Amino acid sequence: MLLKKVKNRLSILITLSLISIFTIFLILKVLEDNVLYFYSPSEIKNSNNINLKKKMRIGGMVKKGSIQSNKSEIKFIVTDLNNEIIVSYSGTVPALFAEGKGVVAEGNLKDKKFFIAKRILAKHDENYMPPELKESLSKDAK
Amino acid sequence: MIKFLNPSYVFKLSGKLLNIFKTFLPPLVIVGLIFSLFLSPKDYIQGDSVRIMYVHVPSAWISLISFVAISFFCILNFLFKLKNVTLIYKSLAPIGLTFNIIAIITGSLWGQPTWGTWWAWDARLTSMLVLMFFYIAFIFSYKFITNSERSIKACAFISVLGLINVIIIKYSVEWWSTLHQPSSISLTNETTVHFSMLVPLGLMVFALFMYVAVIFLMKYRIETIRIKKKSIKKI
Repeated sequence: MLLKKVKNRLSILITLSLISIFTIFLILKVLEDNVLYFYSPSEIKNSNNINLKKKMRIGGMVKKGSIQSNKSEIKFIVTDLNNEIIVSYSGTVPALFAEGKGVVAEGNLKDKKFFIAKRILAKHDENYMPPELKESLSKDAK
Repeated sequence: MIKFLNPSYVFKLSGKLLNIFKTFLPPLVIVGLIFSLFLSPKDYIQGDSVRIMYVHVPSAWISLISFVAISFFCILNFLFKLKNVTLIYKSLAPIGLTFNIIAIITGSLWGQPTWGTWWAWDARLTSMLVLMFFYIAFIFSYKFITNSERSIKACAFISVLGLINVIIIKYSVEWWSTLHQPSSISLTNETTVHFSMLVPLGLMVFALFMYVAVIFLMKYRIETIRIKKKSIKKI
């Protein structure tokens, strides 16, 4: 009799778990646009229905040698190694913003190739190492 | 097996463990902090702000592991009506909540000099915030629901949903694009943290886990004594 009650509770628990997993999965699938923090240049290129008025974020790597800054604005290229978008931004960039490093730009697309950013965030990768190691690594690479 | 659930045996054991942990905790914390703040290098990109990692990462791990633990015991109680385990999750839940909040705050302090923002509504950060609400709901369920039947059911329900959230937290940086970087420490793949930084991280993980153990055992013992006093009064 004890085992039957346990079996009962277990089946309630399993049913609840499956329903919850399914529901949460559906919710996350439907709201995927909000869950994604940014789009990559390839996603922008391949998408068909972009709302140019909607504020969005694009992210990727700052292409080496692409940063051009003058008095009023800074221009650089965001790449995901397959596609690129030119970003224009006026304001101060975070300290970690650099060529060859990750970036997230918040603003509006002017068209599929050009993005006007209101805000720039630096995205750093998952590698942690001391400066001396990085120097010797790049020396080896040269 | 039954011996493990015998309250007076558990109480004695908890006292012995507490004494051991209390002795080792202060030197461990001091050594961990010395390594974190002085004897480890700064990061090649982030400079000294990487040192927040030595508190942020252990705290986040503690909040996740604690939630899995309290869910495990809560579901055990729900299925098998093991009243003894309520004391375990009642003692652990506030600790998990505290470290969740510490992880969020240290993460925020880390985000500002590195990313350029105190907060972002990306999947990782948002799901950690959601976990905080799950912790609060869990604690409310056993504190304020007086009907014990309903209390256990509520806790079990919150545990199931919360566990799904924990899985989301873990894989959020892999499934979706996030501002938070992907995992650096992996059991299966390569760990992308340099050895000189893994040492202080390991020490701080050890130190903070031991701190959790000390607080947990103290709370567990106080609650046990409280219950004993109540039952003595009734007689």
